Amino acid sequence: MQTKRKMSQSASKLTSSIFSTLLLGVFALWALTPFFFLLISSFKPGQEMIRNGLQFKFDFSNYSLVNYALLYTEREGLYLRWYLNSFIILAIQVVSGLFFSSLVGYALGKYRFKGRNFLFILVLVVMMIPIEILILPLYKQMDAFRLINSYWGVVLPFVVPATGVFFFRQYTMGLPSELMESGRLDGCTEYGIYFRIMMPLMLPAFGAMTILLAMGSWNSMVWPMIVLRTSEMQTLPIGLQSLLTPYGNNYDLLLSGAVMSVLPIMVIFLLNQKSFISGMTAGSIKG
Amino acid sequence: MTGKASGRTAHAQRGLAQFLNSKNVVPYIFAAPFIVFFLIFFLYPILYTGQMSLFSQRGFAPPQFSGFFNYQQLNNDYFLTACKISAQYTLLTCLILIPVPLVLANMLNSGSVKQAGVMKSALFIPALTSVVMAGLFFRYAFSANQDAIFNAVMRFLGLPPQDWLAQQGTTMFVLVVFCCWKWMGVNVVYYYSALQSIPADLFESARIDGANAFKQFIYITIPSVRQTIIYVLTISIYGGFSMFAESFTLFNSARTPGDIGATVVSYIYSQGFNRNNFGLASAAGIVLLLIVLIINIIQLYFTKSFSKEV
Repeated sequence: MQTKRKMSQSASKLTSSIFSTLLLGVFALWALTPFFFLLISSFKPGQEMIRNGLQFKFDFSNYSLVNYALLYTEREGLYLRWYLNSFIILAIQVVSGLFFSSLVGYALGKYRFKGRNFLFILVLVVMMIPIEILILPLYKQMDAFRLINSYWGVVLPFVVPATGVFFFRQYTMGLPSELMESGRLDGCTEYGIYFRIMMPLMLPAFGAMTILLAMGSWNSMVWPMIVLRTSEMQTLPIGLQSLLTPYGNNYDLLLSGAVMSVLPIMVIFLLNQKSFISGMTAGSIKG
Repeated sequence: MTGKASGRTAHAQRGLAQFLNSKNVVPYIFAAPFIVFFLIFFLYPILYTGQMSLFSQRGFAPPQFSGFFNYQQLNNDYFLTACKISAQYTLLTCLILIPVPLVLANMLNSGSVKQAGVMKSALFIPALTSVVMAGLFFRYAFSANQDAIFNAVMRFLGLPPQDWLAQQGTTMFVLVVFCCWKWMGVNVVYYYSALQSIPADLFESARIDGANAFKQFIYITIPSVRQTIIYVLTISIYGGFSMFAESFTLFNSARTPGDIGATVVSYIYSQGFNRNNFGLASAAGIVLLLIVLIINIIQLYFTKSFSKEV
């Protein structure tokens, strides 16, 4: 009796294990499907995908690396220019975003001052309102500042990311205040306490926020599309999107370019999965 | 004389340094960037949108005050379709992206899944891609061609092929599939990390009391991840109503044929940037702002998390 029940129990455990593994496997495969198809297509003439769509048929006869050579040669290396633009914008956005949002988050998390709760509510309000609502007035503003078609025009409205402020507030709240007190006793200024004592303790938070801000910047499309007007100034997502014109014959570059815009990130992700996952989910309530 | 004066400046300088280093002043200096940002790049644009929504412009004449004329103008098929599509999209994506990832995360957490780590990373990868790259796949996988991926699947299922991006219903389907593909893994990770913080003895004692896996899920798992469910709901609503890039990449235009891919934000974009009707676009922006605020307030009220979180 006993063994029979155990056996049926372990049998049902096995079926549930097989079922869960299969189900998750399907979802995991589905998650990777787009990369697989785009990677395959990137070795074929782009016109083929535009005309026939993506198909299950794999005809290996016309595979070549021609599309990848276009990354360097097409319109005097325009693609590399987009890469550079994306990278410059990412660098400014991440560095300024980290600097400002960590300072503000630290102030909210570690100091008691009048208006602190009010400021925190403002942070939550900014997080709650989709930025897309503000694209028109922000465009007019950037126009007035003469920042249209410039890196700063892309970055400036987002130099103090509210998500970052929220995250750093949650993080610093968990750090010991005694360290600040002993720093004061040792004659450290409040600024010294931040930069010499607290900031090093916040390094994991900086790591997570770097990934979140970098991914947001690298993949952002709507705002850069509004600000950046000429093709030499465009970033990767909008540059690639602009290749999809009906009269263009740049479809070859489109495919290899799309693959190369995500491949480096996927490699970096596979090397530091833990920090990526904690970074991309850093904005959540749990922190 | 001079000595006295320089002594005074030195004194003043020391006073200033002390002032700048006082615990009552420093937090305001640290928080100043956010205050400046909030005023210039948030509050002012919102007020400016509100103001622009009350003005109309004809040709090159300067904008003229027109009261609620723009809001009345919003009563047109294009905008109403856009609202309907945004609302439908938000509802459908919430219905999938809130429960399904919880079930998947629960499976991952139960330890019954082989290669759980690999699965988790694979699921997460879509979150790293740009909408443009993913849009390229969905645009051509849902091509009208009979042999394109999803029409081949349809044929396999014995269903007629579709011109996916030419009708409203199928376009909505493509958009929802797109969104679920992109965010499934992130939501799984949110739930998974919440599930891991549930103490194991909670399940143990439930098991001793005879609760089966389903009952444990309903009575222990769901209440324990309540906060995460609320968070996922919040970001899903936010993402749903602000959706634009997905539709833009599928159609390569803000204005779609027959408005089958119109969203509230694509309406704002096409009226503002393609037709230069800033008044009308601003009115649409204010309507979107009100929709998002109302939904957030209702949701915070119902989940009663407002007092806890602030």
